[in-house]
Parts: sequence; structure tokens; C-alpha cells
Amino acid sequence: MPQQRKAETFCLHPIAIAVLATVLIISRAPIALADDDSWQDIRASLYGNDRVIHDGEGVITLDAPNRALDAATVPISVTAEIEQTEERYIRAVTLVIDENPAPVVGTFHLFPGNGIANLSTRVRINAYTNVRAIAETSDGELYMAQKFVKASGGCSAPASKDHDLAMARLGKMRLKQIGAWRKDEPAQGQFMISHPNYSGMQVDQVTQLWIPARYVRSIELTLGEKPILRFEGDISMSENPTVRFFVRPDAEAELHAKVIDSDEQTFEQSWPIELDPAS
Amino acid sequence: MPFIEVADGVFVRYGVQEEMSAANRGAIANIGFIVGDESVAVIDTGTTRQQGLALREAVASVTSRPVSHLIATHVHPDHCFGHAAFSDLPVRSLGHRNLPRALAERGPFYLEQLAEISPDFSDTAYLAPQETVSDTMRIDLGNRPLLLKAWPPAHTDNDLTIFDERAGLLWAADLLFAGRLPTLDGSLTGWLAALEILRPPGVRVVVPGHGPVSDGVAALQQERAYLTRLRDGVRAAIEEGLDISATLARMENDNQLDWLLFDTNHGRNVVAAYTELEWE
Ligand SMILES: [Zn+2]
Repeated sequence: MPQQRKAETFCLHPIAIAVLATVLIISRAPIALADDDSWQDIRASLYGNDRVIHDGEGVITLDAPNRALDAATVPISVTAEIEQTEERYIRAVTLVIDENPAPVVGTFHLFPGNGIANLSTRVRINAYTNVRAIAETSDGELYMAQKFVKASGGCSAPASKDHDLAMARLGKMRLKQIGAWRKDEPAQGQFMISHPNYSGMQVDQVTQLWIPARYVRSIELTLGEKPILRFEGDISMSENPTVRFFVRPDAEAELHAKVIDSDEQTFEQSWPIELDPAS
Repeated sequence: MPFIEVADGVFVRYGVQEEMSAANRGAIANIGFIVGDESVAVIDTGTTRQQGLALREAVASVTSRPVSHLIATHVHPDHCFGHAAFSDLPVRSLGHRNLPRALAERGPFYLEQLAEISPDFSDTAYLAPQETVSDTMRIDLGNRPLLLKAWPPAHTDNDLTIFDERAGLLWAADLLFAGRLPTLDGSLTGWLAALEILRPPGVRVVVPGHGPVSDGVAALQQERAYLTRLRDGVRAAIEEGLDISATLARMENDNQLDWLLFDTNHGRNVVAAYTELEWE
């Protein structure tokens, strides 16, 4: 079929519905630009009502397309404007998509030893919505960057293009070193896991078929003993969850990934990393 | 819109080369039927019940033979969402073995989208096939055997083609887009592999899912050129460590063959190709 048309459609996700019963006021208005109601509720559930959230300027910026080409796969990047040092660093980045049925994509926990707190990942976007990245610095302050994205139908839009392959490959992981990695210099990597990250669907009256929800709940990446990141998330992450991150390797070591999904299945793998000789 | 006899006993209603809209009534795909000595096979029914009904009337205007088979070429709503217009007839309804699952997963979503485009579409429903094809299946309309072939993932993971021996005609459906940019919703490498064998010698006429009927040679070459370029460009970008955004920025304006609807669908194809090929 041709390009998906503008239309609001909604994932059916029991957990999301339970958690977000107060948030889930389904608005069919195509433009949610001025609608901060969703955010007020999400904010309260994440941080309570009394914590101040500062403008992200100088701390983080958020990059997302103005219009998503494929609502099931929207690339999102968070760029840190401060260095990760022991004195002050970004310890968590939470991604929020206001108008998604499960608005909280998840939280990435970060560590000072990796030099740069930049992250990028892919999310489903279900409607015209604000997308937010909230950074929590090590002193406990919150900083937010946001962007309005036009997209629709990310969750209901076909999850898998090749269903049999997706199921056959479930749990397979990859680590990519982007560019050269050198000792004691921040280097970029990409972690990927093949997983449907599927929101599930209701029993279909016509076909009587049912596909249960199954999604990645946590990802933990370490290099030797050193933590790189820990992610806790939900169904708003795209199929085959992936994250690009920075790490500062201090020695040849194994990069280890541990992933747990909503079926309590654990996937683990290690990769020896390759370091270039220092330049 | 008229049904045109493109080969002896083979009738096609051409879809317009546009996005689906209220104005074009969603009639954007090629649909039609094949008349045998005893009965008729309907191949795709369009986007809405109304289109299905128009097809049914077109059959009746050409022949008094009954519709015996109702074939869905794949899950996309511009192709098989008019099936409900035939639900009161004793027909054999056929589709790819993956079609029931694909309809279950996507059907409700497509219906919502259709309802958004026009209230006229809101009485549309989809019907899962009663019989599915895993590999090939032969049916006969009376001195008119048709060979149905279920493909591995290509345009979608539920593509079905029909070969009509009598006319030497291949109903390729969306395995072949002519003029209009192909949309990738299955497997890029699978589609390219399918194109190698899609049109065996002996095929004289090819009905694409979109665009004009022809011998298929040039259309197939153009489609292969686009998909190959898409594959190679995205592979190179992945190899260089580019992410999806950077890959899009590099490839978004690369409309080599003046495809129709390039701007609306190419970026999406790049994303689909990227998420497939990064797992090679
Ligand atoms: Zn199609």
C-alpha cells in the first residue's frame, strides 16, 4: 500500500493501559502541539509535582525528524552538551512520547567513566506528538529538551515486515564498533537485539488470531567491569531495539550485553572489542 | 472506472497512480478477473466494498458464468479490501499462507486508516481466505487452468501471483510496480531474488499491481534497477557506520528513473531497507 495516511491509531497494551489509566485520554485531534495535558500527567508520574525541570539548553539537545517517514521506526538522538566527569555528569536520560499509549519509552542510566553521554535509538510514534528527553544530572537536577514530531500509526502499523524471520531471529544480538576505538578515548558503539518488541494485539474477530505482547524490558551493557549503560523500557521502542552509545575503553576487554524481555527470557552475549593503537 | 480486456478473457481495472484519497475512492491498484469456460476467478477487489461491488457488476456485464474463485494477491488494503462484496457467494477464497496472520495483525489498522480518508469507506471489512497456498496451487475455470504461486517474503511476506497458461499472462500484482515507485513492506533481498524468476520464458503479458499492462520486460528492469540501487546504497551506508538519519540524508533525492510518488514513498523504503540490511 502507499504511504500511511495521517490517522490516529492506538496500541493495545494491557500494561500500558493499567499504568497510564489516568494519562490515556485518547484525543483524535490531529495537532497536539498545544496539548500539554498529557505531559502534565506523565511528568507527575515520573518526577512528582515538585521537582523543577529546567530548560535543556546547555545540557542536552534532542534530534528527531519533523515528520516520521516510518512511524514504527523513528530515529531519535540525544546529544549531551556537558562532558561526563566525576564532578558532574548525566546519570539518566528518559525519553517520553506524550501521545503514545505507553508514553515513557524508557530510561537510560549512564555513567561518568564513558566521557560522552550521547545516545541514539529508534522509537514508535503513534500520533502527532511532542517527544521529550529529560536528563538527570548527578546533582539531581532535571533538564528537558523537546521536539514536535508528526507521525501516526507507529504501534499498529505493521510490526514485522517479515514475520517468520523476526521470530526465527529473536534474541540474536550484534555489537558494532563505529569508527576506530582507542584506549582512553570516548568511542561510539551500537548495540542491536533482534526482538519483535511487540505491543500485542486483540483477538481478531475475523481471523481469530492473536499475537501476545512481548517486548524488551531491560538492556545492560558493560565493558569488563565498567558499566556502559542500563536501559529500562517498554513497547514504544521500535522492533529490534538498538542503541548507539559512547564508551571510553581503558583496556582490551569484553563488552557484555544482558537483555531481559517481558517473558522473563534473558539474552546474554559478549564480544571482544578491538582497540586501535593510540594515534 | 472501466474494466479493460487486456488479453482474451482477462479484464483489468487500472488504479490511478496517486495516493489513496476520498476523491479517487481508493481505487489505486489494478484489480480484475479472468473468465474461463465454466467460471470466473476474481483477482483482487480494491480498497472498499463499493469497488468490490463494481467488480462484481463488471463480471456480470461480461459473462453469466459464476464467480468460482476469489483471490487476494496480498494484505494491502488497496488490493483485497473489497472482498466483502462477494461474501454471499459460494466462492473459494484463496490467499498466501501468511495472509490470515497479516490480515489479523494489520487489518484493524488499515480499516481505521481507510475510515480516516473517507466516511464512504467505513462500511468496508476484510475477509481472511478460506484456503491458503503454501507453495503452488492449480485451479481450473474450465479449459482455463491458473497456477497460483506463493512467494517467500518480497513486496510483503504474503505475495501471491497467478499465471494464466491460456493467455500466457502473469498477474504479478505488487511484485511488479510499473511507473509508480515500488513500496517495500517485506524483504528487499527477497524481492530482488523473486524478480530473477518472476517472469519465466513463455510469459507474454504481465499485469502489474500498479501501472500499465505490458510484456513486463522493461517494467521489471526498472524495478530491479531501483531495488538494486536501494540495496547497494543502504548497504554502503551501513558499512560506513551511517545511522538511519544520515542514510536518508544521503539517499533521499536519488530519483534516477522519474518514478511517480517517489517523494511519498522513497524515504520509507530507505528505512525499511536499512532495518533489514543491518542484520545481514
Ligand atoms: Zn502492495
